Amino acid sequence: MKWLLAALLALLAVSLLIGDATLALPDAPILWQIRLPRSLLALLVGGGLGLSGAVLQGGLRNPLADPGLLGITGTAGLGAVIAFYWGLAQLFAPALPAGGLLGAGIGAGLLLAFAGRAPSGPSLILAGVAVSAIAASLLALALTLAPNPFALAEITFWLMGGLADRSLLHVALAAPPILLGAAILLRLGPGLDALSLGEDTAASLGVPVARTLRLAAAGTALAVGAGTAVAGAIGFIGLVVPHLLRPWLGERPGALLAAAPLAGAALLLAADMLVRLAPLVLPLSAAPPVGVLTALLGAPFLVAIARKAAP
Amino acid sequence: MIGLSHATLALGGHVVLHDVGFAAGAGELVALCGPNGAGKSTLLRALAGLLPGTPGRDPRRVAYLPQGARCAWGLTVEQVAALGRIPHRDRVAAPVTNALELCGILGLRAARVDRISGGEARRAMLARAFATEPEVFLLDEPTADLDPAASHAVMRLLRATADAGRTVVVVLHALDLALRYAHRVVVLAEGRVAADLPASQALPAAAAAFGLPFGPDPEPRLLPPG
Repeated sequence: MKWLLAALLALLAVSLLIGDATLALPDAPILWQIRLPRSLLALLVGGGLGLSGAVLQGGLRNPLADPGLLGITGTAGLGAVIAFYWGLAQLFAPALPAGGLLGAGIGAGLLLAFAGRAPSGPSLILAGVAVSAIAASLLALALTLAPNPFALAEITFWLMGGLADRSLLHVALAAPPILLGAAILLRLGPGLDALSLGEDTAASLGVPVARTLRLAAAGTALAVGAGTAVAGAIGFIGLVVPHLLRPWLGERPGALLAAAPLAGAALLLAADMLVRLAPLVLPLSAAPPVGVLTALLGAPFLVAIARKAAP
Repeated sequence: MIGLSHATLALGGHVVLHDVGFAAGAGELVALCGPNGAGKSTLLRALAGLLPGTPGRDPRRVAYLPQGARCAWGLTVEQVAALGRIPHRDRVAAPVTNALELCGILGLRAARVDRISGGEARRAMLARAFATEPEVFLLDEPTADLDPAASHAVMRLLRATADAGRTVVVVLHALDLALRYAHRVVVLAEGRVAADLPASQALPAAAAAFGLPFGPDPEPRLLPPG
């Protein structure tokens, strides 16, 4: 845990020194207006993804659960795209993240409504699949109706997830919901521990199963929805983080909760730095979105997990 | 002491229990027997307060072990047993160590529960119930997956627990174990109580519920230890 924190602080320091394809001590305005917001967002978004992944895998007793499973990533992206499509984002920059937050909120409402009054693991997953499907189809509709090819390219690029060109305003918008979500999720440890023996046993141990799952979904919606609203859909961090921590901290779900946000933050920060340095070593004209890298590295990891889990 | 009166329960539109009355007192080991689908597990879940419309129980007082309980993650045996302290909201080590000792798996405390045998994992689940130090144990097939010696050891433990003043209600398919160790055998058939008798008198009713003959067996058989 101390190691993780030290690694995170070291990454943060290096991250402030690395620019888009440059390695130098920056001027004060660049530091404050470009690198600091970018690094802070990586911490917040990565931390939210890592923590949500650990909570969902524990709550659903499924090592393949990912925050994206609940569909909130989809509705947050849709909200941002709608704000973009109507030209609100061009008139008023914060409309994009605000649209994403609104989308995340509506998605969370739909999710909890679909999951029913007493959600269980399967009903929550089913609700997530339904919300994802709705978000995906409406997103496709928005893309078909895109006003011009330029907007279509912008939307597609944004949806891949990235931390470039964000300001302290984005940090201020995303931080409260992400921190509130994290506060909710961090308290679920004993309930998740009990759920590892199944919902019946957890209930017999006095754990309010439906309430625990609802809080897990709501906390994830806050943390991941707000993250998506400012940074687009960044995949695989939430899936991978718990798997990285288990060999080290053991498999008790509650034991992962404190470390998961630190690991998620460190992972996204590191991925973002790699992305910024990529044009130095690869023939790229610009830094690719960080979501591309996390998916590229996360997908083989997913296969490795599935192979290991299969008998 | 735990019980239900006039319990009629339907699961998914299918009536599983018809007007069942059941009670078990302190110091009693009661075996629930009967054919598959007779409603044994449903009665146990109802007693545990886990079915809609059944009264909730104080989790510090009543421990419930479901059929085929397994752990989704590779917790250590000791961590599994320690989950039994959740109702008390404490991390006291003594009841956990004691439970592992009682269930004969203290030596496996650091082993991952997904990397030991099925019988050992089953005893880890039982140790979780003991770690709660409840007044009432509701156990669904605690001897499933266990070898004969371990089954007898668990049944002796349950009998000693009841004799020490606790209430133990156990669903058992192994009729010989039920008749040998329980104080009382309740036979369920098609959602109704077919018989409720002291164990020494329960064989004819239990055999009838299964549709099996009974009588002296001239072949050599395994005997319980001691």
